[in-house]
Amino acid sequence: MKKRKGKILFGEYIPGSGLRKALEMERRDILFELKTSGLRGRGGAGFPISTKWMLTAAAESEEKYFICNADEGEPGTFKDKVLLSEYPELVFEGMIIGGYTIGAEVGILYLRGEYSYLLPQLNDYLEKMRKENLLGKNILGKCVNFDIHIFLGQGAYVCGEETALIESLEGRRGEARNRPPFPVTTGLFGKPTVVNNVETLATVPHIVLKGGDWYAGFGTEKTKGTKLISVSGDCKYPGVYEISWGTTVKEVLELVGAEDTKAVQVGGASGICIGKNEFDRKLAYEDLATGGSIIVINSKRNMLRVLENFMEFFVEESCGQCTPCRIGNVKLLDAVRQMQQGKFQENRLAKYLELAETMKLASKCGLGQSSPNPFVSIISNFKSEIFSKS
Amino acid sequence: MLTTEKLTDYPEIKEIADNFGRERKNLIPILNEIQKRKGFVSAEAQQIVADLLNIHPVEVFSVISFYHFLNDKPKGKYVIRICKSISCEMNGKEEIKKEIENLLSVKAGETTPDGKITFEEINCFGLCDVSPAVTVNEQVFTKVTKEKVREIVQELIEAEK
Repeated sequence: MKKRKGKILFGEYIPGSGLRKALEMERRDILFELKTSGLRGRGGAGFPISTKWMLTAAAESEEKYFICNADEGEPGTFKDKVLLSEYPELVFEGMIIGGYTIGAEVGILYLRGEYSYLLPQLNDYLEKMRKENLLGKNILGKCVNFDIHIFLGQGAYVCGEETALIESLEGRRGEARNRPPFPVTTGLFGKPTVVNNVETLATVPHIVLKGGDWYAGFGTEKTKGTKLISVSGDCKYPGVYEISWGTTVKEVLELVGAEDTKAVQVGGASGICIGKNEFDRKLAYEDLATGGSIIVINSKRNMLRVLENFMEFFVEESCGQCTPCRIGNVKLLDAVRQMQQGKFQENRLAKYLELAETMKLASKCGLGQSSPNPFVSIISNFKSEIFSKS
Repeated sequence: MLTTEKLTDYPEIKEIADNFGRERKNLIPILNEIQKRKGFVSAEAQQIVADLLNIHPVEVFSVISFYHFLNDKPKGKYVIRICKSISCEMNGKEEIKKEIENLLSVKAGETTPDGKITFEEINCFGLCDVSPAVTVNEQVFTKVTKEKVREIVQELIEAEK
C-alpha cells in the first residue's frame, strides 16, 4: 500500500507494466516517446534524457553501461531515498528500459554510503525481480539481458557529479574528469555510459506506459511534467511532495504550512536563496530551476549563519582538484565569518562577487560552478540584514 | 614470497579480494569490507591490498583519504553520527551534539578512550524532514530529542565492548 498521493510518480502503477510494454516496443519508439515527453534530468542539471540515451544508443561499442545515480547528497534533498525505499520497481524498471534502449547489459546503482541501510531491501527486491524474470537473462522471454548490481559509495558529495561517480566506480578518487569526451561516448572503463538520476529513471516507466504526449500535458510550456520536491526547515509539514512544474514558491509554502517565512533556499546548498519579494516565482527550468530541495527559513533565522553552514559544507566537500573551487570556497567562507564579526566593509564586496564569478566560470565540475550561488544570492537578497550589523 | 604474505591479516584480506575479484575496479568494495570487519584499514592492510591488486600502496591510501567513510585509523565499535547540515541545525542539532559530547566526554571527531564509541559530525544524510537525525552504525534515529539521545548513548555505554 502506497500512502503518498501524486499525479505521476506518486500515482498508481502496477509493477512490471512499464517494462512489459517497453520490451514490446522498438527502441526508437521509446526514444521518440521520451523526446515527446520533454523529460529532463532530475538531478539538477536538466539535460534532456532522450538526447543522452540517443547519443549512447548511437555509440558503437560491444559494451555499454547504464548507471543510476543514487548519490543524493545535496543538503535538504531526500526524494531519491523515498523513491528507492517506496517505489523501487519504478527505478529499477527505468534502468532496465534504459539498458534495453541503449543496448547495455550491465546496470549499476550507485548508492550513497549514507543510505547503506537501504541495501538489504534493495538487494531483496532485485532478487525478486530476477525470480519473476524481469531481470537477468532473457528478460520476459525476449532476447534482452540486463542485470543490476549495487555499488555502495563511501561518502563524498562530489561523486554525485557523473564523471566523478564514474571515477569512483573504477576504484579511484572521485575527481571529476575533463569534458569532452562525455560519458555518452567515453564513460565507465572508457565505454559509452548513461548516468541518470533516480527520479528521472522512475519517471520512464510511466512515460512508456502512457506516452510522451500524456506526460507533456503536465507542467509549463518549457518544463514538462512533475517534480518531486524535498521540503524541510521552518514549516509544519516537511516531506517529499510531487508538484507540477510551474508551481510557485508561494503555493509550495502554503502546501507545507510555512508561516513567517523570510527566505527560501531553492535547490539545496548549491541553489539560490530568494526573499519574500520573489515568492511568486515559478519552479521551472525557465525560472527557478531546482533539483528539488526547498529549505524554508523563517524570520527568526540569521542569514549569515545559514550561509556559513553552506560554505562550510563546500569547503569540506570540494575535492581540491581544481584551484577556483579549492581556494574560492575557503575565501568565501572567510568573508562570511568576517561579516559575522562586523569586520567586512561593504566596499570589498565587489571583489568577492568577482571571485564568485570566476569560480562559476573556471571550476571544472558542477560543485565549484554552483557553490558560489548561495553566497551571491544571500548577500544580494539580504544585504540590509547583513550589513546593518557591520 | 612477498613480505606481506607473512602478515597475520594476509589470508583474510586475500579471501576478501578474491571474493570481489582482484581488480582495480573492486578496490572500494574491498576496502569497505575490510573496514567493516576491522573498523579501519591499517597501513599493513593497505600494503596487502596494494600487492594483491598490483598497484602502488599510495594509490590505496589516496582512495582511503578521499572518502569520508574509509579511514586508516581505528574507530570505535559504535560510530555515532550527527547531521550538521542546515535543516538539522535549524531543528536543534547543536543541543543534541553538546549532549552527546557531554555524555561521552569526547568532542565530535574523537573516539572514547576505551576505543568503543566514535562520535562524528557529518553532512546531510537525507533525513531533513525528520530532523535532527542521528545514526549509530546502520541504525537511524529521527526527530532526536535530548532525552532520546541520552537513552541511545547510555545504552551504547553499557553495551558490550
